[in-house]
Amino acid sequence: MKKEFNITIFSENSIGLLNRITINFTRRKINIESLTVSASAYQGISKFIIVVNDTEERVQRVVAQLDKLVDVLKAYYNTNESLIYQEIALYKVPSEYLLNGNNVVETLVRESGARILEINNQYAVIEKTGHTDETQALFAKLSKDFNCTQFVRSGRIAITRSPVEKLSVFLKERDAMLSQIED
Amino acid sequence: MVKSVTGSQAVILSLLEEGIDTIFGYPGGAIMPIYDALYDYQDKITHILTRHEQGAVHAAEGYAKVSGKAGVCFATSGPGATNLITGIADAMIDSVPLVCITGQVASPMLGTDAFQESDVVGISMPVTKWNYQVTCADEIPEAIAKAFYIAQSGRPGPVLLDIAKDAQFQKIDAFCYKKCRKIRSYIPEYPVEPTQTGNIKSAAAIIDAAQKPMVLLGQGVIQAQAEAELQAFIEKTGIPAAWTLLGLSALPTDHPLNVGMLGMHGNYGPNIKTNEADLLIAIGMRFDDRVTSDVKSYARHARIIHLEIDPSEINKIVKTDVAVLGNVKKTLPLLTAAVHKNSHDAWLAEFRACDKIEFDSVISKDLHPAKDGLTMGEVVRMVSEMTHDDAILVTDVGQQQMVAARYFRFRRSRSCVTSGGLGTMGYGLPAAIGAQLAAPDRTVVVFVGDGGFQMTVQELGTMVQNKLPIKIILLNNNFLGMVRQWQELFFDKRYSFTELQNPNFVMIANGFGMDAHKVSHRDELVEGVRRMLEHDGPYLLDAIVEKEDNVFPMVPAGASVSDILLDNSSIK
Ligand SMILES: Cc1ncc(C[n+]2csc(CCOP(=O)(O)OP(=O)(O)O)c2C)c(N)n1
Repeated sequence: MKKEFNITIFSENSIGLLNRITINFTRRKINIESLTVSASAYQGISKFIIVVNDTEERVQRVVAQLDKLVDVLKAYYNTNESLIYQEIALYKVPSEYLLNGNNVVETLVRESGARILEINNQYAVIEKTGHTDETQALFAKLSKDFNCTQFVRSGRIAITRSPVEKLSVFLKERDAMLSQIED
Repeated sequence: MVKSVTGSQAVILSLLEEGIDTIFGYPGGAIMPIYDALYDYQDKITHILTRHEQGAVHAAEGYAKVSGKAGVCFATSGPGATNLITGIADAMIDSVPLVCITGQVASPMLGTDAFQESDVVGISMPVTKWNYQVTCADEIPEAIAKAFYIAQSGRPGPVLLDIAKDAQFQKIDAFCYKKCRKIRSYIPEYPVEPTQTGNIKSAAAIIDAAQKPMVLLGQGVIQAQAEAELQAFIEKTGIPAAWTLLGLSALPTDHPLNVGMLGMHGNYGPNIKTNEADLLIAIGMRFDDRVTSDVKSYARHARIIHLEIDPSEINKIVKTDVAVLGNVKKTLPLLTAAVHKNSHDAWLAEFRACDKIEFDSVISKDLHPAKDGLTMGEVVRMVSEMTHDDAILVTDVGQQQMVAARYFRFRRSRSCVTSGGLGTMGYGLPAAIGAQLAAPDRTVVVFVGDGGFQMTVQELGTMVQNKLPIKIILLNNNFLGMVRQWQELFFDKRYSFTELQNPNFVMIANGFGMDAHKVSHRDELVEGVRRMLEHDGPYLLDAIVEKEDNVFPMVPAGASVSDILLDNSSIK
């Protein structure tokens, strides 16, 4: 059964690695729903979060392949339930809807847990963080009634719920292992 | 050693530091500075100028398989680099250690569609274990050290370094080489103890309890140099061992526990018995689909123990009961120590009974044919016998490859060079060049079909120029034989574009300055082979074989391994 999985990859920050990672999805015809690359809590180590929709078996196999890439420190996968995750979305709406004095957009923004980032006499930019369905729902409303002219959503960022910090445990073990090998 | 050198000199000095004395390559604009540096080191490094970059990379593969060290090849940018790709892909799927060095346009021109610019780092990414573009001379020693470490450690594989031309010209103030021994993000093999201790214990318990166990041995045994450890394990447990195509020669052919080859055209016994076994012990093999055929019906009664260096292979194809991760050179002795001494004579006798069935219905016809025309099998066996079963076998791809794998016999390891995973036609002739250079004192024989021969025929020139005494046996059936076989068996004998109009191969060889001779009758065969083997230098034996012979046994695609066919009578 297909479902959503979050693949986390910790890697060295090397050129071309993104390509090496994505070809592992391409060759198995797995679509990447979203992708985020950023710094991790550890200096010099990048963190990829890749969201895919597939069977657990196929996800397991692709993670095993990613894990063995030379520049990858560790690859894991998680279900949505084991993560706290967010995406951020921005919306652009003509400012006439906010300046007409009826406060409908402002109310919608507030009730949706969004906020107005910037407003001028042409347009307003609204920001909302949340899960895909939430940011999508706000878009549906803004585009239906308020002529939302631009909408963009980021890739996912996620933090594990588990109290065990896998990466720090992993790095400790790895350092211990490497220190046994002479230079 | 600290001295000021150019980037190109640094390339050569680094290769020397890695102990490299043989390079296969082809020059061109973007790698000319490196070739210029090489000119001064001809006393230390033999460079083999192949006739095509594909030849260079296959030769490097042949060299690596026989020597156990990384094969090195050079090519220029653009078309030179893209011509390497087939061989790199071949090396990737067969885990062959290669270090490929390509020239690249000068770094300020990268991305401008410069003359002979191609994105070889991008193109080779899916088929390399690692690759890297060097744009500054200072990076060269470290990049080369890393390249060798990655190519040769863990599960080996090809790496590619793409070196921009300006980096080749640049000066390095102080050349200093340090071998790479570790990379934070890359652990080539996990330490066996303590992590595998429990698994080894569980594996030993299963092995001790098994009634019908079978060992599947793959190339991992050869790559780990664990032949003796393997032998000790099977001899203590008495377990019959079957080899994969790439596992060939890891055991002597006539070892009493060697029960032959797995796979589509493997032996009858190991295929049939896979589905009767209660335990498979896979050692350094990866359950390729040519071995398993239909996975759903594969080894249904067997538990599976998998000894493997690459964790991503575990559970990739078949569900494993116990995985023992790590280098089999280290894990096998621990397992041998943990099991009880045992024997499985009755079970082994069942394999021998299968051998008898296979002999009566297939082998006797191949080796002692009643018909006039030569069979591939009798030629292969003749060459094997007349080289005292101690030659290095190289094959191309197709019927001749399967027949050679079935009938050639081995006494020592690293004696079989063949393209397994990719099945690359054109592999044989250049791979034989590498094999001969890696083992100058051994007889190297290469079996090739008339199709594959014409894919890399230009390498005859390389053999002649370098006086490599390779013995080429062209098993000439005037067809793309393996494809024709499938057309006959599964496509109503509709021979769609598989018949060849061939040149006079003897004249072709002679044109390259190579001695050659044609045999088409049984009574000429011994003499023909003797002449070839006694000839001092490369030689082509054009053996005209039956045009429409088929390779059997055969597990038809998609069938279960136990549905292996001994002849075509059951195919509609
Ligand atoms: C580069 C490449 N192209 C096509 C094939 C498909 N193929 C596999 S075997 C074969 C026929 C080989 O014919 P030949 O070289 O004459 O050898 P034979 O089977 O007759 O021994 C072909 C075309 C291949 N393996 N490699």
